[in-house]
Amino acid sequence: MAEGSLVAGTVGAPAVEKEAVFGFTRAQATAFLVLVAFVVVSPFFLYPVFLMKVLCFGLFACAFNLLIGYVGLLSFGHAAYFGMGAYVTGYAAKAWGVPPEFAILMGGATGALLGLPFGWLAIRRAGIYFAMITLALAQMVYFFALQAPFTGGEDGIQAIPRGTLFGVFDLTSDFTMYWLVAAVFLAGFLLIHRIVHSPFGQVMKAIRDNEPRATSLGYRADDYKLMAFVLSATLAGIAGGTKALVFNIATLTDVHWAMSGEVVLMSLVGGLGTVFGPVVGAAVIITMQNYLAEFGAWVLVIQGGIFIACVLAFRRGVVGEIGHALKVKL
Amino acid sequence: MLEDLLFNLQLVALGISNGAFYAMLSLGLAVIFGMLNVINFAHGAQFMMGAFVAWLLLTQLGIGYWPSLLLSPLIVGLVGVAMERLMIARLYKLDHLYGLLLTFGCALVIEGLFRNIFGSSGQRYSAPREFQALDLEFGDFFMPGYRVWVLIAGTTICIATWLVIEKTKVGSYLRAAVERPQLVQAFGINVPLMMTLTYGAGVALAALAGVLAAPVYSVHPAMGANFIITVFAVVVIGGMGSILGAIVTGFLLGFVQGVTDVVYSEASQTVVFVIMAIVLLTRPAGLFGRA
Repeated sequence: MAEGSLVAGTVGAPAVEKEAVFGFTRAQATAFLVLVAFVVVSPFFLYPVFLMKVLCFGLFACAFNLLIGYVGLLSFGHAAYFGMGAYVTGYAAKAWGVPPEFAILMGGATGALLGLPFGWLAIRRAGIYFAMITLALAQMVYFFALQAPFTGGEDGIQAIPRGTLFGVFDLTSDFTMYWLVAAVFLAGFLLIHRIVHSPFGQVMKAIRDNEPRATSLGYRADDYKLMAFVLSATLAGIAGGTKALVFNIATLTDVHWAMSGEVVLMSLVGGLGTVFGPVVGAAVIITMQNYLAEFGAWVLVIQGGIFIACVLAFRRGVVGEIGHALKVKL
Repeated sequence: MLEDLLFNLQLVALGISNGAFYAMLSLGLAVIFGMLNVINFAHGAQFMMGAFVAWLLLTQLGIGYWPSLLLSPLIVGLVGVAMERLMIARLYKLDHLYGLLLTFGCALVIEGLFRNIFGSSGQRYSAPREFQALDLEFGDFFMPGYRVWVLIAGTTICIATWLVIEKTKVGSYLRAAVERPQLVQAFGINVPLMMTLTYGAGVALAALAGVLAAPVYSVHPAMGANFIITVFAVVVIGGMGSILGAIVTGFLLGFVQGVTDVVYSEASQTVVFVIMAIVLLTRPAGLFGRA
């Protein structure tokens, strides 16, 4: 892959690193254990609602990163899948009394159903066209959400009940809810890891690095891109649905283009194409938003400033820089 | 029956005058993309800046509409030149997507700053009275004079830009530099300077559209962001290959939006995106694009 491209390909990278366990390299396995330890221990020290927000957005950013990091496609419209996932989960839980586990799955299904036609259209172009098309399609979803009766227009869907998980665990307690969110996050994270290290994932990376060559080897590049797109949209829908249950609300903010920009920013700050970067980026951005909430529109200026700084001087992101310093892939 | 027809005709005419804005903005995007290979995400923010500068000139310095048509694009264009020199010029050797991300960041900064200073609510900017002389009225058909002016001015600006690029010597340098930048540089033409000026000119074009739009829409910090996404869809439909294509597609989609407003007004905001989907299915490179 040419120098200066968005995500480092395998070309020119150090020879295949030894896989320690379950497809992780040694460094990655260590990082993963640190991540799991953090997820398990942190609710005893930090505010669970804040942590749940980080995990929901972490999963959302990982879903986005699956597309840019492993297929090389930059989607600027991921808010559509996240936001519609939130709406459907919220509506199902509130209007139909669907239990939380199924409501979240319905959010994921919404992401998939939306991702299939949108992905099918968008993969006809690559690069900046792909970004513009996904953004435009997401804007269409935004207008739909603004006008459709079930989304509640400007008010959104409010007072979404968290319900009772498997009919046993009452989720109104933040602490109980946290374990569900943590489980969803870790399952999503491991699923992405599994996808990337499957034969399917290898073909995805081959297409990212050299599409004509992958095609000449007999792989239908478009089928793989579409699969990756739908998987990414599904996980974004699950993240959105989970978020709707955590905060009891699904609003137009979730489908707005600014949300699409936010998930790009999270992945960029953490490190595009790294395994752990999106999660770190989500934690950084959410923390920043919490501290800056009282400053109103300055958040926008600071987010824009971080975008500019990352692109000009910090293209590897936090995790990418750490990996580069330690000479490992994280 | 005739009254209905005239009223519907009025909606279509308003649509076409909206198309003038699409045409000017997608033209600016196409010019910048052709030369710099950067999709200027800040185009909407620069459009908004153009409108705001005109409003500021009027309220702070008492400078009216006509001088603003020249001053505002000049000021915003200079800001664009600074942006290109300080930031965008560092990215030419990198993946084009970085240009998109950088200008997206710039758009957020600009919009955030204006929101902090002027608040989110809209400011009124009235058109000069003399435009009332252009009012078109037959029975139920009424088109405000200012809208007529937007249509005339927009068409003139687009044609003038096209003539500069296709028929002048500067334009021929530009077209050559788009095709083979190294070769043109070898002939002794300062290509980096040309890129800076091209970006500045594209930005000035956005600001000019902003001044024209100020009396039509209320002047507020989010006015550009809402516009630019629709213009992106217009650009995808037209394909960025040709300058004329950008202009024609802009007007065409304004017309289609006007017609949709008559037939099924709920869809008038989404029709552009639906057409984009249809074009992607049938001609992925866009109506005027080269594959």
